[in-house]
Amino acid sequence: MTAEKAVDAFLGQIDAAVASYLESCVHCGECAEACHFYEVTRDPKYTPTHKLKPMVRAYKRHKAPFSGLRRALGIAPSEVTLEELQEWSPLVYDACTMCARCTLVCPMGIDIATSIRKMREGMVAAGVAPQGLVEASERALEKGSPLGVTLKALKKQIADQEAETGIPVELDKKGADYMVILSAMEVLGFPEVIGALSRIFKQAGVSWTIPSAGFEGTNVGVQLGSRDIARELLARVVNAAETLEVKYVISPECGHAYSALKWEGPNLMGRPYKFEVVHILELLEQLRAEGRLRTKGKDGRRLTYHDPCQLVRRGGLAAQPRSLLHQVADGFVEMDNAGLGNYCCGGGGGVSSNERAEELRFKAFAKKKEQVDKLGGVEAMVTSCANCRNVLEEAVDEYHMDLEILGLTELLAEYLDDEAA
Amino acid sequence: MTFLELTEGPLWYVAATVFVVGAAWRLLGILRFGRKPDLSVPRASAAGGAIGAVIRHSLPRHGFAERTAYHIIAGYMFHLGLFALLLFAAPHITFIHDRLLGVSWPALPRWGFIVVAEVAFAGLIMLWVRRICDPVMRQISDADDHAGTWLTFLAMLTGCLALQEGNDVLRGIHMLTVEVWMVYFPFSRLMHAFTFVLSRGYMGATYGRRGIAP
Repeated sequence: MTAEKAVDAFLGQIDAAVASYLESCVHCGECAEACHFYEVTRDPKYTPTHKLKPMVRAYKRHKAPFSGLRRALGIAPSEVTLEELQEWSPLVYDACTMCARCTLVCPMGIDIATSIRKMREGMVAAGVAPQGLVEASERALEKGSPLGVTLKALKKQIADQEAETGIPVELDKKGADYMVILSAMEVLGFPEVIGALSRIFKQAGVSWTIPSAGFEGTNVGVQLGSRDIARELLARVVNAAETLEVKYVISPECGHAYSALKWEGPNLMGRPYKFEVVHILELLEQLRAEGRLRTKGKDGRRLTYHDPCQLVRRGGLAAQPRSLLHQVADGFVEMDNAGLGNYCCGGGGGVSSNERAEELRFKAFAKKKEQVDKLGGVEAMVTSCANCRNVLEEAVDEYHMDLEILGLTELLAEYLDDEAA
Repeated sequence: MTFLELTEGPLWYVAATVFVVGAAWRLLGILRFGRKPDLSVPRASAAGGAIGAVIRHSLPRHGFAERTAYHIIAGYMFHLGLFALLLFAAPHITFIHDRLLGVSWPALPRWGFIVVAEVAFAGLIMLWVRRICDPVMRQISDADDHAGTWLTFLAMLTGCLALQEGNDVLRGIHMLTVEVWMVYFPFSRLMHAFTFVLSRGYMGATYGRRGIAP
């Protein structure tokens, strides 16, 4: 637990891109206007670029161009201290969901979310990461899931869904086209998604399986900021997919799981995969476009869609959920700033696993509530991330709102025309 | 050697050398860190994303324009005004023709210079007032931000004073403040005039290959 370890880790994260981000900030403060944590508190310490300050200082003291000259002249920034890192821990973990909204507004185009992700590596090295996230990562490493979901628990949920739908789910089916992985939150809180997938895939004639090892899509290593943990958790999924010789791995309704598997994953593994990664929204939209997702009737409620940050701003999935929603919802309405500029639920990036951040998370939800209230008369909010869904459900209760939170896959399955199979 | 000859001669060459070598050193110092190849399967073009981001982040963003209007307006006023002064003030064109490139182009009329200068000054002062008044700006600003602002302000102010080209001392003072500005530039946040291409470009390339245009 030393600041030196953090500094080494910070410097180890520096490449030309990150250096350009740390070099280019002109301290214009625009990023504050895009951050839900600043917007709801008006506390300047939540200005996104301020959250990076210790990493910027370490970079400018040790690695930036002219850093040697500055040290020789005694005008380099002072060393980062452990006390400073402890002070910054709540800013980096509790008050940043790595939602990347600040990048939209930054005149310099600085990718603050990615920089925070890198900075967390140093925070972990210094031992100042929040206990909740550390414990979740330990559970993930030991039990295979950050929420402690075991294979036995998964099998129980699958058996319940098989009984519900009458459709068997085959585990570890070698040579299946698609391998479904699930987030811990789905298995524990929203197991109906398994039945929904069974019915949709049966109708569409999709060959699929769930691996008994490596079924957990959640990668708490990415949230915590530990490449080593992230790589180990990812390797379980990659090994399962390559052992089962599947063509595709379906990233579940989970925001950061998609980022971790699709975009960060091959770089963590140090090699391309032998399979393709497809998000469930991409596959469902493909099936819809091919006429293989046939539905009957539509939800008549006034409902809106919450874009998970990691899917829309960092994953590139904005069109698919809308196209799918139009298929089954008559009263679909868009919030202000829908799509790329949508507000975070408040609990992404590991914030929801971090108990000390709970009060701030509920405060941050005020921006989402503002969006929903402005629409007026909205009865349901659909999303495609189980973590967002859980965070939104908790916040809706906290704010005593009359708003149902729905998962998109389950909503689609609800209107599936089973007779068309 | 007169004061003007000193500032237009040896001091100019020193300042220009520090500016060019320092700025190049800093840019190359960033680029030398390199970047590992991204092994994820791209959805779209990284190059297209980079170019798009460089352009897009010069423009107000839908959804944020209202909240950031003050900064956007002041920023445009200052930067556009400064570039107009730098490139279209008659003495600058003469200097560029005689000392740098050997080419010239039409200059702003005197009244145009005055209008543009006022716009640029107003923009710069608005940005600085915000820096010292806004709690967020006070939290994140440091000495470099203020030094860069004041050196730019002084370079512009002495430039206006030197508009009366017959006064060699005023011209010399303008040259000297510009030279101080040029020497300070590579070591300061003024370098954003060049580094913005890198930060926007890298960010745009990263997300461009994911099919996103943030």
